[in-house]
Amino acid sequence: MSGTFVGMPVFPPPTHPAFPKAAHEAVNNPTLRGNLRHATHTIRAKRAKAVAEVSDWAALREAGKRIKDHTLLHLDRYLVQLEEAVTAAGGTVHWAADADEANRIVAGLVKETGESEVVKVKSMATQEIGLNEALEAEGIRAYETDLAELIVQLGHDRPSHILVPAIHRNRGEIRDIFRKEMGEWGRPAPEGLTDTPAELAEAARLHLREKFLRAKVGISGANFMVAETGTLVVVESEGNGRMCLTLPETLISVVGIEKIVPTWQDLEVFLQTLPRSSTAERMNPYTSTWTGTTDGDGPQTFHLVLLDNGRSDTLADEVGRQALRCIRCSACLNVCPVYERAGGHAYGSVYPGPIGAILSPQLRGTASEIDASLPYASSLCGACYEVCPVAIDIPEVLVHLRERVVEGGEAVRGGNKVLLKPAKGHAAERAAMRAARWAFSHPAALRTGQRLASRSRRLHPRTLPGPGRAWSGTRDLPVVPAEPFRDWWQRTGGGKDGAK
Amino acid sequence: MSSRERILGRVRRALAEVRDEDAPVERGYLREHGARSVAETVDLLAENLADYRAVVHRCTADELAATLGRLVGERGSTAVAVPTGLPPEWLTATGAEQVADSAESTPYELDRVGSVVTGCAVAIAETGTIVLDGGPDQGRRRITLIPDHHICVVRVPEQVVSSVPQALERLDPARPLTWISGPSATSDIELDRVEGVHGPRTLEVVLVGGDRPSAELNTGDS
Repeated sequence: MSGTFVGMPVFPPPTHPAFPKAAHEAVNNPTLRGNLRHATHTIRAKRAKAVAEVSDWAALREAGKRIKDHTLLHLDRYLVQLEEAVTAAGGTVHWAADADEANRIVAGLVKETGESEVVKVKSMATQEIGLNEALEAEGIRAYETDLAELIVQLGHDRPSHILVPAIHRNRGEIRDIFRKEMGEWGRPAPEGLTDTPAELAEAARLHLREKFLRAKVGISGANFMVAETGTLVVVESEGNGRMCLTLPETLISVVGIEKIVPTWQDLEVFLQTLPRSSTAERMNPYTSTWTGTTDGDGPQTFHLVLLDNGRSDTLADEVGRQALRCIRCSACLNVCPVYERAGGHAYGSVYPGPIGAILSPQLRGTASEIDASLPYASSLCGACYEVCPVAIDIPEVLVHLRERVVEGGEAVRGGNKVLLKPAKGHAAERAAMRAARWAFSHPAALRTGQRLASRSRRLHPRTLPGPGRAWSGTRDLPVVPAEPFRDWWQRTGGGKDGAK
Repeated sequence: MSSRERILGRVRRALAEVRDEDAPVERGYLREHGARSVAETVDLLAENLADYRAVVHRCTADELAATLGRLVGERGSTAVAVPTGLPPEWLTATGAEQVADSAESTPYELDRVGSVVTGCAVAIAETGTIVLDGGPDQGRRRITLIPDHHICVVRVPEQVVSSVPQALERLDPARPLTWISGPSATSDIELDRVEGVHGPRTLEVVLVGGDRPSAELNTGDS
């Protein structure tokens, strides 16, 4: 076991500003705010309707949670079972402890085929490890084929949403990107392309078709892997997934180790909850399942790369491990008031929004400025927990991670126990908490302090002086009552006989 | 140490202090939603297919060949892809050239084929989904992907189930499955659904059988 941090994820760029700074810039961009408000409000109402259609939603949610929890608590067993089943069905299983190793494995597999280009299905795991950039460095060009990923790739942009990475772009911006960039990558945009969504979708169809037809290598992720059968599942809408999963001769799937479900039957829960939570549909247009290889149909060579990259570290945290239940539906992003205003880029990770705020600091650790700030990128309103189809208590994990940032303490990084130092910059908060702890354990001092505060209430400033100035700049200080509660209780016997 | 051993070791250490009883997961959810007669289930399938812009037709077994011939004709396709096990009598009224599904055909060849006719493995009423499992009357996955017009025949009521749980019970995970709910679509532009991206942009579903007289459903036929 290596005792160093060599091979830790390359993301985030260590220079990414902390969330408040990045969000501040985003909030001042009226186009971005308009695009996000429009898109998130559209999907919110539809999701609520799609969920209301099934009378047993609460039971499905509970079952999804339990299946995932059970899987995580026996993950070693199910990983081995999955490996056996995939191998028996004609696939080859590879294990990647971190991003670098996964990228090396995939680049090596592509090179073995002699090809220098690949078509890709939208995949969060390959975004997370920076696969496209790693392949580029090896002289291999990766073409994104999901419409939103294509918009991001052509626009030299970063994804800002789990499901719809180009959610920050409106139709006019998309048309401009297509007109300007498509010719550089292949078939140019049609003459006179307008900004109607149907025409934009048609342009993407024409642009990508030549790539699908000639593709020899496809790269995908997976939404689910079934341990007992070795089956992988990809849920999609456009058909680009089907193209990449069936037309190439070689298929390479990079999948996080937490994506396992134990049995074929377990899919009956998630194939009901995922489409309704993500795109607000009864069922998404296309779902593909495959088990190893099939003679004469689809890729004849199949590689599965199982990715850890911080997941086993997350698993070691009793409170935080529930984040691994996530099925990447993005419902939490769509309801989040912070995400709606700040946008996805401010989170400095391929996983933005509430789930990103608890996933990124666990997968990557809390050492960087952005990761230490993410647990604070929330008002703790709880809307994310409410809509989560696997009942991840995101506010609970946020508070837990805040504690880790402020107090430091034990955590697991790269498979090793480490002792985290308390973060800098929280000295005032820690001092305030220490003072509060002392006061609450000394009743006489507390009583004196409260009386003093009540009697001097006319003199209280409306904002705090010194380091507290920024905090009270956007908040009203609570008004201190004329009489402390404990004095009132003693005087009236707890309000007996209606005493005031 | 191999990465396999490293990852499994990390997972085992992470779970070292966990005590979990190995009880089966409780499944308090429903096997299907609501009670319906067989005919009502088929009606629901038609309704949900149409709701996601599939074009739905109903006919008796005797009328099937004429229906398929008409649909291919209306589309104007000169060639139609045909799975090797598709009942030959289905296409007796179809004038287009028949291109048999074969291991040798290339994606480029399929790109010149206008329509494809298949059967299906199962259809799900509650979600408006048809599932293909690569059976003899369905063929390789690519023949229902590259042509822009897919006509899928569902034998009602025997191939229809109510719900997703019932469909999974009927399906064999060892076979490559394609679940199809309407024509290809995207929500990638402003999170609004637009039909028609890479998969077939027109999906026609023919519900064949039952005692219903030949009747066109208007829903989705616009």
